[in-house]
Amino acid sequence: MISIQDISKWYGEFQVLRDCTTRVEKGEVVVVCGPSGSGKSTLIKCVNGLEPFQKGEIRIENVSVGHSRTNLPRLRARVGMVFQHFELFPHLTVMQNLTIAQQRVLKRKGRDATDKGLALLDVVGLKAHAQKYPAQLSGGQQQRVAIARALAMDPIAMLFDEPTSALDPEMIKEVLDVMVRLAQEGMTMMVVTHEMGFARRVANRVIFMDEGQIVEDRPKDDFFKDPGTERARQFLSKILAH
Amino acid sequence: MPALDWSSIPGALPFLWGGMLVTLSITGIAILVGILLGTLIAMARLSGNGILSGIAALYVNGFRSIPLVMVLLWFYLLVPQLIQALFKTPGADIRLVSAFVAFSLFEASYYAEIIRAGIQSVSRGQVSAGLALGMSRAQTMRLIVLPQAFRRMLPLLLTQAIILFQDTSLVYVIGLSEFFGVAYRTGDRDGTIVELLLFAGAVYFVVCFAASGIVRVLQKKIAL
Repeated sequence: MISIQDISKWYGEFQVLRDCTTRVEKGEVVVVCGPSGSGKSTLIKCVNGLEPFQKGEIRIENVSVGHSRTNLPRLRARVGMVFQHFELFPHLTVMQNLTIAQQRVLKRKGRDATDKGLALLDVVGLKAHAQKYPAQLSGGQQQRVAIARALAMDPIAMLFDEPTSALDPEMIKEVLDVMVRLAQEGMTMMVVTHEMGFARRVANRVIFMDEGQIVEDRPKDDFFKDPGTERARQFLSKILAH
Repeated sequence: MPALDWSSIPGALPFLWGGMLVTLSITGIAILVGILLGTLIAMARLSGNGILSGIAALYVNGFRSIPLVMVLLWFYLLVPQLIQALFKTPGADIRLVSAFVAFSLFEASYYAEIIRAGIQSVSRGQVSAGLALGMSRAQTMRLIVLPQAFRRMLPLLLTQAIILFQDTSLVYVIGLSEFFGVAYRTGDRDGTIVELLLFAGAVYFVVCFAASGIVRVLQKKIAL
């Protein structure tokens, strides 16, 4: 479903991504991890064209992301994205956050958009908060609304960019629970995260990145049993030490 | 010091009110056009297109480097000839129109800078979130960025409007009868100039003070 082929990206002289190649099949959950600055967030932002790249090709269901004639808004409308800092729209209520793109992008009727929004708020356990503003919710609640907002577009795949790293520890679980359920329901997911417990539970594959390169890309069990590279072993021992 | 004589004020009230209407109409139009044009200029400046942002920068820096009085006089001397050349209507009184145009264009340069700062204060992440949902750049600007930017800018926009309200008194240089001008001429005619200017000052003070109060209330109400 998502194929990433030889992607390279530079910020001026500095190369942030080096010939990254991987695939995410339909229904697969792929976790991307690695030390900060390794390019994992940049890579996932390239997937829906939020970050341009200079070399290589990314295809989503055979639509080329980097091609100049690709209708990027239409492509993005089909790929959900969840951000580290939630990025809910602070001037809109929770319900309006969920309906605005349904109405303006998918041209759904107000009634249909609201029904969809309510159903998804129910899924993430926040139906009672529909009329509140994002600032009135906790971080964990905001992130769950953000997931519901992305799901409201009926995406074919979901991208998560460190969805729990801005959260207090006691809120991480409520967000991961929603993501685990989503994975178990068969959603295609690409998840940048350090939550190895999440990876162990639902990932099909784990990608380890370092200095802009995909160093490891293998089935979850292989990765956790014996990371092939010294670099990945060090990384794992550091984040699993506690 | 002679005793103050307020007797000429009641009789002058209708004229003063007429002047106030002129003042308010110049203020209102300059705010409206200034914000609309200022928004376009701000977006041009942030567009990333070298030519567009260059023109916008030239506009803003140009107007901000010229005294308002001169802008007013230029438009007073220029606009009539333009209008007459365009519509062949000689002799029409275009003082009011030229004041509208001059203030609108002048204020747009100040509003543009306020609005630019407001747009830049909205985080890039918000733009990414809008785009990631499939919105076009224009939709993201209109539905996500500008509503947040205007909420943050509102106090500054209204403060600028208060300054503008006071600055309209400058139209006396083109002989337009706005509030200050009417007060001055009435006082001059009746020999009670001190009283009328005191009265005019009091009115300016009350209006601006009330407007500042409204700014404070609004600020609390719509804070994000």
